[in-house]
Amino acid sequence: MAKKHPAASAAGSTVPSASASPAAPAPGLATPGATPAASASDAAPAGSKKIHVHYLTRVEGHGNIIVDVEPDGSISTCRWEVPEAPRFFEAMVVGRDYTDVHHIVSRICGICAIGHQLASLQATEDALNINVSEQTHLLRRLALHAENLQSHLLHIAYLVLPDLMGVDSILSLAQTHRDAVLKLIAARRVSNEFSRVVCGRSTHPQRMVPGGFVKFPTTEELTGLLAMLQETLPNLDFAVDLFASVADKLPDFDRETEYVGLVSPAEYAMYWGEIGSSRDERRPVRQYKNISREYLIPTSTAKWTKNLGDSYMVGALARFNLNAEHLMPRAKAAAIKLGLAKGCTNPYYITLAQLVECVHSVEESITQVEKLLSRGIREEAPAKPTNICGGRGVGAVEVPRGLLFHCYEYDDNGRIFQADCVIPTNQNHANIQKDLDVLAQKLAGLPDKELELKLSMLVRAYDPCISCSTHCIDARGLDTGARSLVRINRKK
Amino acid sequence: MAKPKIAFFDFAGCEGDQLQIANLEERLLDILGHVEVVSFREVVTGHSDDYDVAFVEGSITRPGDEERLKEIRKNAKILVALGACAAIGGINCLKNFQAENVYREEVYGAHARWYPTYAARPLKSVVKVDAEVPGCPIDGAEFARITKDLLLGRTPWVPDFPVCVECKQAGNVCRYEMGRMCLGIITRAGCGAACVSQGAHCWGCRGLVPGANLDAARIVMDRPGTSRKAVQDLLRFFLGDTGAAL
Repeated sequence: MAKKHPAASAAGSTVPSASASPAAPAPGLATPGATPAASASDAAPAGSKKIHVHYLTRVEGHGNIIVDVEPDGSISTCRWEVPEAPRFFEAMVVGRDYTDVHHIVSRICGICAIGHQLASLQATEDALNINVSEQTHLLRRLALHAENLQSHLLHIAYLVLPDLMGVDSILSLAQTHRDAVLKLIAARRVSNEFSRVVCGRSTHPQRMVPGGFVKFPTTEELTGLLAMLQETLPNLDFAVDLFASVADKLPDFDRETEYVGLVSPAEYAMYWGEIGSSRDERRPVRQYKNISREYLIPTSTAKWTKNLGDSYMVGALARFNLNAEHLMPRAKAAAIKLGLAKGCTNPYYITLAQLVECVHSVEESITQVEKLLSRGIREEAPAKPTNICGGRGVGAVEVPRGLLFHCYEYDDNGRIFQADCVIPTNQNHANIQKDLDVLAQKLAGLPDKELELKLSMLVRAYDPCISCSTHCIDARGLDTGARSLVRINRKK
Repeated sequence: MAKPKIAFFDFAGCEGDQLQIANLEERLLDILGHVEVVSFREVVTGHSDDYDVAFVEGSITRPGDEERLKEIRKNAKILVALGACAAIGGINCLKNFQAENVYREEVYGAHARWYPTYAARPLKSVVKVDAEVPGCPIDGAEFARITKDLLLGRTPWVPDFPVCVECKQAGNVCRYEMGRMCLGIITRAGCGAACVSQGAHCWGCRGLVPGANLDAARIVMDRPGTSRKAVQDLLRFFLGDTGAAL
C-alpha cells in the first residue's frame, strides 16, 4: 500500500501544502521539495494544512510520528513509523566462523557495539561450551558499564537536555550554559576513555573474542581510569542537580504497562540474570522467545513484541522498576533527588532512570576496577572450545536501551546456520505506539508546536536506536528516508 | 565571508561514523565554530537543503535510496563518503553473496516480499563522490583533517601505502609470522594499524590501497593450515564490492 510520503526532501520548517504545489501539478511532475505521493494521491482537501514540523531530530536512526488532526481539533491518528533501511544481519552471519560473528553483529549499531558484541559472545560461548575466566567477566562487565555510560550521557546531555532547557541543541546550550555543558562533555569524555582503556576503542572494539580478551589494559591504565571515574562522580552529581531543577518540565503522563528486564538476586542485573517482568514469572534466558513474542501488524513498519499485555517496556526505567533496591548507594540517593521511585509509570522519566544508572555504573565500575587492581591483570589466552560440536546458544545483556538477545545455532564446524537477534528498540515500538494512543487524546487541542514537542519528547525518551533494529522494516514504500520526526496533518 | 554550510546524511549503516564526530567532544565545538551545520540529525534539531558540503554515511541498499542520494548530490558542492559502508559498501555487501530470497526470508519469513531491497553498494556506484573518509568506524582526527582540507579548497590526502607500513611503525609482530591471516598487505593505511595493535588482524575496512597486488595477496594467504573458505570469508568481510572478494 503506497501511503503518503513524509516529505523526505521538503525544505523549510512549516510548509502548507498549498505553497508546495500552488499550480496543482499533474501527478508525476512533483518538484523536489514537494511530496510526490502527497501531492498526487493524497489529494488533501482544499485548504487543509499539512505541517512538517521538526526535521530529523535527535533520535538515532530514522523514525516519524504522524498525527492526523480532525477539524474539531481531536486527534484521529497518532502513529509511530520506522522507515529505516533493512540490513539483514541475521542472514549476513549465516555460514560464518564463530570467531567472526561478534565482529559482524557489532556493525548493527555504532552506539551499542559493545552490547551487541557481549550478547553475541555469550550466545557463541553458550552454544560451543566455552568457559571464560573470572577476569574476563570482570573486564566485560566494565565494558558494558562504559558503553552504558557513554550512550546514556549522549542521550541525556545531547538529545534530551535541550528540550528541557527550551533550545534546539547542545550547541545552543553551549552558548548560554557553557559551564554545565563542559561538565557534561567532560563526563562523556571520561566514558569514552573508559571504553578505550577496557576495549581498545568504543565503536566496534577488537579486544573481545570468544573465550576472553586478546589485549588487556595495563595496571597504569586501570589506575588512571580509577582516578578518572572518581573525579566524574561530582560532575554526575552536578548533572543530577541540574535535572532535578528542570524535572518539572517533563510532561505529567502516566500509563501502566509491563516492565521487562534482566533480574538477579545478587545485583542490579545488566551483564547476566534471568528474564524478569513486573507482571509475569521469571524465565531463564533460553526461553526468551516466550516473552518477546514478535508479531507483525499491517500498519506498522517494524516488528512488534508483546508478552502478557499488548506491549511491554524495556530499558532504564524497566530495569529501575525491577531492580531499584540493588542500586549502589549514590545512585539510590540520586533517584530520591530526582523524584524517581520504584513503580514509576511515566515514560518521560526514562531519562531520569538513565541518569541514575550513570551514577550506578560509575560507582560499580570503581569497585570492579579496584577488584581488578588488587587481583592484578593476567595476560591470559582466550579459552578455546574443547571440541567443537554444534549447538544452540543464547546471550542476554542489558544494553543502554534495554534487553538484548542474540541466539545462534552452530554446526559441527563452528559455523552459524541460524541466527536471531531481538533488539531493545523493537521490543519498545509497540509500547511507544500504545503510549502515543493515550497521550494524543490527552494533548488534543494543543497548538502544533506544543503538540509536536510533547510527542517527540516522548519518543526521544525511549531513546530509540533505530539503526540497531535489524528487524526494522519499511512495509509501505517510505523508502527515501523520512526526515521529519513529527508530521501533523490538520484537516479542515 | 559566510561560513560554509555542512550537512550529514545517512543510509544503511550503524551511524557509528557520525558518532565518532560527536565523540570529538570539545574539538567538535571548535570545528563547529568554523562551519554552519544545517543538518546533523544525531545532535541537532532542524534541517535545510541549503548546504555546501554533504557528508553521507551508509550504503545504498534500495532503489529508492538512489533518488535521495542524487538529490543530495544536486544540492551539495562537495559530497563526502563517510566510513566504509558509504565509501566501499563495507559490511552491508556481505548479503550480496547470498541469494536475495534467502536473506530476505531469513529475516522476515513469509512476509519477505514486503520489503524492497537490492544488492548493497557504495555511494560512488550511484553518484560522483568528491572525497572519502575511510574506515569502520572512521577516525575522528582524520575526519577533522579531511574536513579542514576540503574547507580550504585543498584536495585531502589519504595515505596511499598499505597498513603494513604503519603496522611496522607500531611495532606489531606480523600476523603471518603468527600463522594468522591479515589484510594489512592490501589495505589503505591511515588507521595506525588499529586492529592489529589491539590484538586482532586487519579486516580491510579502509578499502584497497591503490595498486594493491591481489594475486600476490592470494598466494600469501593461501598457505598450509588456512582454508580457502577462511580466505574467502576475510576478503568478503569489508571488500565485497571490490575486486578482492572471491
